[in-house]
Amino acid sequence: MAIRERLSGNEAVAYAIRQINPDVMPAFPITPSTEIPQYVANYIANGKIDTEFIPVESEHSAMSAAIGASAAGARAVTATSSCGMALMWEELYVAASDRLPVVLALVNRALSGPININADHSDSMGARDSGWIQIYAESNQEAYDNFLQAYPIAEHASVRLPVMICQDGFITSHGVENIQLLEDDKVREFVGEYMPAHYLLHEKEPMAVGPYAVSAYYMETKRAQREAMKNARQVILETAARFESLTGRKYGFFEEYRMEDADYVIVLIGSAAGTCKAAIDEIRSATGQKVGLLKIRVFRPFPEEELANALRDKKAIAVLDRSEMFAATGGPLGAEVRAALYSAGSRAEVVNYFYGLGGRDITVDDFKEVYAKLERLARTHERTDMYTYIGLRER
Amino acid sequence: MSKNTIEIRWHGRGGQGAKTAALLLADVAFKTGKYVQGFPEYGPERMGAPITAYNRISDAPITLHSNIYEPDYVVVVDDGLLESIDVTQGLKEGGALIVNTQRSREEIRTALRGFTGRIYTVDAREISVCALGKYYPNSPMLAAVVAVSGVMEQEEFLQEMRDSYAHKFAKKPEVIEGNMKALEMTFAAIEEGQAARERSACA
Repeated sequence: MAIRERLSGNEAVAYAIRQINPDVMPAFPITPSTEIPQYVANYIANGKIDTEFIPVESEHSAMSAAIGASAAGARAVTATSSCGMALMWEELYVAASDRLPVVLALVNRALSGPININADHSDSMGARDSGWIQIYAESNQEAYDNFLQAYPIAEHASVRLPVMICQDGFITSHGVENIQLLEDDKVREFVGEYMPAHYLLHEKEPMAVGPYAVSAYYMETKRAQREAMKNARQVILETAARFESLTGRKYGFFEEYRMEDADYVIVLIGSAAGTCKAAIDEIRSATGQKVGLLKIRVFRPFPEEELANALRDKKAIAVLDRSEMFAATGGPLGAEVRAALYSAGSRAEVVNYFYGLGGRDITVDDFKEVYAKLERLARTHERTDMYTYIGLRER
Repeated sequence: MSKNTIEIRWHGRGGQGAKTAALLLADVAFKTGKYVQGFPEYGPERMGAPITAYNRISDAPITLHSNIYEPDYVVVVDDGLLESIDVTQGLKEGGALIVNTQRSREEIRTALRGFTGRIYTVDAREISVCALGKYYPNSPMLAAVVAVSGVMEQEEFLQEMRDSYAHKFAKKPEVIEGNMKALEMTFAAIEEGQAARERSACA
């Protein structure tokens, strides 16, 4: 029997951490992720779990300590947001290239500047090339469910990569919603014990982690990381299937909402998907217009072929980005979706939007306007800019 | 927005507990079997700055993650905000404004310059000081929004709140009765205000 609860996204992730009882949690506070280590520290202080909490002096140290613990053979976790992740930057790459299955609870928040504490994907999108698996949530339920699936993916022998479990700052992290929780024993059985094949504290197998790689080795290391990222695709799907048989909740690389007959499709990541679904229901019942949503769950590895297949026959597609990269091609998701469609030979009209930067709200009416524009584009094939904005004040 | 969803917007000042009140309302509605959302809107956080918090309460799952622009009810925890914030913005016709104030309903209406919807006033200070000996506006404002919105039965609300307080104040049970009294006094005050208004409408 699932446990009916109401929790904030931060509470849900902390609850998952308690259920998993990882070995080590080094962390440094930063809004809006602070509550996660705070709640976990409470669980530890109250004797609920025996995780070793390391109150480090910076995020750079938090990731360094997580790397050290993971290399030693421990299951490590940390949490951060925004500039906290920026300070982890060099260590993110080290965790990935050392093939350490660290899990990072990331509460997405805009990077400075200007300084801003609200939801925005610039922190994780900036780290998209670091070699981490990235999984995003629409709701508190998904933040919890994704977190439970993180270690089975990260620690799989064919993967051994770090995973960041992302949720939108404040919108889900501080919003209380209904949620279905699993019992502790079911979680522990699902996640399993961590039995690393190789680790530093293995006395019979002396090894080095993170040595210098001369040019004769560096490129092969990167190739190996890419292979691991490819292997992760299968493991992500298998883990999701196992999770579905446990909970009935279905996950994949992305979620398709009312896509079967849809002509006009929005592609996006994160909490705005819920608002988009409400817009879709309203539009379909009011006008019958065939609108749908493709919500990206796994951004790394990017599900290029599956995405192109799902979008193949659509008339017009809007790709929504919640972070800037100042490229002529638009935002990061826009560029990847366009590349996937181009490779698949799709001729669909594609328009890329920036929305929600620094926590700018996006509403049902905003989505209705996007769908109206898609319908017009499919009809007129008018030329459009590579990117445009939702909710931007022009003066 | 589905018709069986009630949307509430809270206005308060940082440190007054408007966010906590929104979360408490979500909590108690959850316990009566509803689907709920309770979420704050954060600007630069500082004591005394205006803050907004929101509730959605529904019989069906809620996927929306936007703010609330056309609330059914607006709760103002600090009437000093009436001069600086357009608290009735977007308030649905047929909805109501609930203000914590020592001023009269007519004074509030004058301060709102042209608002013609329903207004309920609650003197949370008087109720709280009488029931608890201290000024905590949360309990009276919670009871007021439940009484005005009818989002749940008053008896059910009181029972759930007694359980919540028993849990929350496990280490200082002496404040449980005071808080319960504050809830009941608010119910009575809202009913009385309603009766007074009906009388004046008849006159």
